[in-house]
Amino acid sequence: MQLAVNIAVLAAIYALICCGYVLIYRVSRVLSLAHGELMMLGAYGLYATASLFEGHPLLALAAAAALAVMVGVAVYLALMWRMTGESVLAAVLATIALGILLRGAMILVFGTQTRYPLRDLGWSNASLPVFGGARISAVGLALVMTTAIVYAGLFAFLRWTRWGIRMRAAGQHPLLAAQRGIGLHGVYALAWGLATLTGGIAGMLIACDAGLEGTLVIIGLKAFPAALVGGLDSLLGALVGSVVVAAAEVLLIHHVDSLLSDVVPFAMLLAMLAVRPWGLFGSREELDRV
Amino acid sequence: MSGYFRTSYSDDVALLQTRMQKVWLALFLLALCVYPFLAGPLWLDLGNQVFLGSIGAVALMLLTGYAGQISLGHAGLLAAGAFTTGILFKEFGATPWVTLPASAAVGALLGLIFGLPSLRLRGLYLAVSTLALHFIVTFLGGEYEAKRGFSTGIVIDSPIGSALGWYFALVAAAAAALLVALNLLRSRTGRAWRAIHGRETVAAALGISVQRAKLSAFVVSSTLTALAGCLFAYYRGFVSAEAFSLYLTIQYVAMIIIGGMGSILGAVLGTVFVVLFPYAIDGGMRLLGVADRLSSVVFAVNYAAFGLVMIVFLVFEPQGLVGLWRRIRNWFLLWPFKQRPLAK
Repeated sequence: MQLAVNIAVLAAIYALICCGYVLIYRVSRVLSLAHGELMMLGAYGLYATASLFEGHPLLALAAAAALAVMVGVAVYLALMWRMTGESVLAAVLATIALGILLRGAMILVFGTQTRYPLRDLGWSNASLPVFGGARISAVGLALVMTTAIVYAGLFAFLRWTRWGIRMRAAGQHPLLAAQRGIGLHGVYALAWGLATLTGGIAGMLIACDAGLEGTLVIIGLKAFPAALVGGLDSLLGALVGSVVVAAAEVLLIHHVDSLLSDVVPFAMLLAMLAVRPWGLFGSREELDRV
Repeated sequence: MSGYFRTSYSDDVALLQTRMQKVWLALFLLALCVYPFLAGPLWLDLGNQVFLGSIGAVALMLLTGYAGQISLGHAGLLAAGAFTTGILFKEFGATPWVTLPASAAVGALLGLIFGLPSLRLRGLYLAVSTLALHFIVTFLGGEYEAKRGFSTGIVIDSPIGSALGWYFALVAAAAAALLVALNLLRSRTGRAWRAIHGRETVAAALGISVQRAKLSAFVVSSTLTALAGCLFAYYRGFVSAEAFSLYLTIQYVAMIIIGGMGSILGAVLGTVFVVLFPYAIDGGMRLLGVADRLSSVVFAVNYAAFGLVMIVFLVFEPQGLVGLWRRIRNWFLLWPFKQRPLAK
């Protein structure tokens, strides 16, 4: 039973991170390899606001979320819009460069020691019993619930709102969308803002659960295979892929070897690429050359 | 214009086309021979690092700059060469005459494996699959370290004792790699690589086997890289999985971006830039008087500055240092005009 709970929490983490990859890729066909760093930046944002608004944890959370959106939009406006129309390689490399720049800057500003934003918020991480004798941490429960809310919100947003429909249109055919009067830069900036928001929330929650340190970036990178297994341009795929990858990882760690944790997602990624490169729910497409 | 016209095919493919180029090459070789006797130990080590790095950078340039196949698994390939050397040395006490060919063979095999996804995948997906292979190769290396009890790394005895000896060995190795690359590029294989980079459908219509060209690009590039990894292991005298992080891949990719895509000269220039960069940063910090305050986070300063430089090149000079050099040269060649004449 405890295994099932562990799988659910890990799947929620992966899914929450993945939807950032999927949003950006689906809308602008760019793979953001800086997502792990943006996630960490979101967590540091919470750390900063927690000490700024001491005694008002909800206010701090809201401010951190707003900061994350602004960071995402700023990344697009400062760097990524110059990469529109460039080759796939150039855009991916730009995100890699951004990632390493952010990593260096974060260490310079915040140092290397582990931080505990949850303690700064004035909350504690209780261990709650669930059915069948298994236990889940309060933050873990919050993670699962947040993921559910974020996915429900994103589905509704993309399905029914004006901006959501614009995002889908821009993803389907940028040229046609632009000719119908959709401002692509606005849509792309919104995609980056939303992706950084969801990634930032994931970062904040993981930091609350396990402390805020450099390994957060690795978690961000490990979530990427889940997005690809599900299909890079499908939100539903990201959800299913996360569950599949998390289940495989937890079970293999439990039954075989705990050192496997870093490679299982990537091994699954390779298997998926060999069998069905466009993922479980993705759409087949003709991919760009360098 | 320079007034030099090629009149035959052999002129066109010659590596050295004018007498001036031969003179410059001779002067350059002379400078390379004199350099180690004038340089101090630090500069000698930097020179060695440049030659070592340029082998890997040329290999990556062949694959990405010429054949157009994205690879983010370069550190994994270096690790494969280094670990082959380390394992053979530890388990069988093998000499370099065994480990060098063995590394090359492992590199070729891995190139085939790295290359297989490229037959079905393109662009982004290829980059991702090579990234995944990087994690798997370094994981296997780490597993070996852990299982055999070399948890801190494998120590290897170097066959060459002095830095001076290493200098000439690495110059020879880098020159050999450059010659192989240049000769491949002016042969049928190299032209096939450029053709599949341009457009695969057209290349196939021209009678080029796209699969063969892709696989040969991967195999040649990984063989060279694994050899560089083997030399790296001997030069450092130490192999450990931590040395082959994603940051190493980023450094190699930065070499070919900063140097300039699609140019062997670019790969070498990029290597010089990337190797010297941390020392330039260090010097800059000392000039500003912040070196002591930031001494514990020097690596973070390097990361940030490195990312910044990569972004600047990607955004403002996608052709890299070679593009910059070409622009300056044209400016002088064409002066007082700004552009080449439209019609001859």
